[in-house]
Amino acid sequence: MNRGSASASAGLLGLYHPGTSWLHRRGAGSKAAALAVLGLAVVVLRGPWWALGLLAGIVLLAVSARLPVRTTTRALVPLLVTALLVGGYQCWQRGWATGVEIAADLVTVVLAATVATATTSADRMLDALTRALGPLRRVGGAPETVALAVGLMLRAVPALMRTATEVRDAARARGLERDPRALLVPAAVRAVGRARATGEALAARGIGD
Amino acid sequence: MIELRDATVTVRSDGGVRTLLQPTTCTLTERRVAVIGANGSGKSTLARLVNGLVLPSTGTVRVDGLDTARDGAAVRRRVGFVFTDPDAQLVMPTPVEDVALSLRRTVPAAGRDVAARAVLARFGLADHAEVPVHALSGGQKQLLALAGVLAVQPAVLVCDEPTTLLDLRWRGVVDELLDSLEQQLLLVTHDLAAAARADRVLVVDDGAVVFDGEPGAAVAAYQLLMSARPV
Repeated sequence: MNRGSASASAGLLGLYHPGTSWLHRRGAGSKAAALAVLGLAVVVLRGPWWALGLLAGIVLLAVSARLPVRTTTRALVPLLVTALLVGGYQCWQRGWATGVEIAADLVTVVLAATVATATTSADRMLDALTRALGPLRRVGGAPETVALAVGLMLRAVPALMRTATEVRDAARARGLERDPRALLVPAAVRAVGRARATGEALAARGIGD
Repeated sequence: MIELRDATVTVRSDGGVRTLLQPTTCTLTERRVAVIGANGSGKSTLARLVNGLVLPSTGTVRVDGLDTARDGAAVRRRVGFVFTDPDAQLVMPTPVEDVALSLRRTVPAAGRDVAARAVLARFGLADHAEVPVHALSGGQKQLLALAGVLAVQPAVLVCDEPTTLLDLRWRGVVDELLDSLEQQLLLVTHDLAAAARADRVLVVDDGAVVFDGEPGAAVAAYQLLMSARPV
C-alpha cells in the first residue's frame, strides 16, 4: 500500500491522498479530460455489460492508484448502499438489466471522480484550472479567481459531509433526529457560515487579490 | 509601522448607525503590541482594520505607508492575520495543500510542494503534512494556521486571540512561537501574561482606546475596568 496510509484517510471525494503511482504523476488536465470522456461513455454505451465493463476498468484504475484499501472502501460504503438501493428499485420497476446498469454507472462515475481528486493535489488542480480558464482573460475575467472557487468547491466536499454528520449528531442528542428541520436548516446555515468564513480567510491571507 | 488617524468603524444596524470603533489615532512602532479589553469592546475591529479586513468608515489606516483602503492587496501581502478559530482559517483539506495555497503567490509551481513541506517541518508539522486538517488537534491547527500565514513572511502579524481555544500546553507553544518572531506583532488577547510581555498595550473599552501605555499600567487599568460587573 501507499505511504502514509496510517495517517491519511482518503475520503470519498475531495481529499487528496499523496503518492507516487502513475496516476499521481499524470497532470490534472488529462485526468479532467478522462473524466469528461468517461461521463460521455457512461451515457452513450448502454446495457449492463458495458456498465460492468466500465466499472471494472475504474476499479482497476483505483487499485493502480494505490489508495489505502481500508479507508477508501469504508468511505465508499454510503455510495455502495445508495447504488444498491437505487439499483434494487430499478430492478423491481424496470428489470435487472436497467437496475444493474444504473447502479454500476453511479459507482463508476463517483469512484472515477474520487480517484481523480485523491491523486491530484489542490495546488496542481488549481494550476490546471487556471490554465484551462485562461481565455476568460480576453473578456475581462480572472481565471485565478474562478479556478480558486472551483478548486475550493471540490475540496469543500469532505468538510460539508462532516458538517452534515455534526448536525445529525446534534439533532440526535436533542432527540430531534426525525425532524427534517433540525437537520436541513442548521446544515444550510453552517454551510453558508463556512462559505463566509472561507471567503474571509482567503481575504485575510491575500489569496485571490 | 501601523498608523491610525481618526479611524472610525460604523455599521448600519436596526435602521440606525452603530459605532464599533470611535475615532482612534495612534502610531504603533513597537515590535510587540498587545490589545486587551472585554468581549465585544472593539478589539477585533481594531485588529481587522490593520490588514484591511475591515475598512475605516472615516479616517485612515496605514501600514508602512500603505493605505488599507487604497492599497488593500499590498497591505494584505505585508500583514498576516491569524483568527481565533483555526477552522475558520484553514481552507484546504490537508496541511501541505493549505500551506501550498499560501505559497502560490511567492513560489513557482515546480517547487511549491517542497517549499510547503519545508514550512511544515519548520513548525514541527512535517509528520502531519497529509493528515486531514479536521483530524489535527486544536493546537496543531493553530500552529498550521500560523505556518500558512508566516510562510509568505509578512512584515506584520496580527493575531486575534490566537490562544483562546487552546489548552495550557498548546498555549505555551503558540506563545513561545509568537515571542520568537522577528515580525511586528499586534496581539489581541485575554491572556494578561501574554499582554505583560508586550512593549506596549492598548486597552479597548466600548469601542475606544481608553488606555495606551506600558504593560503594567495597562493591565492594572484593564483589571480596574473589569472589576465592575457586566451590565
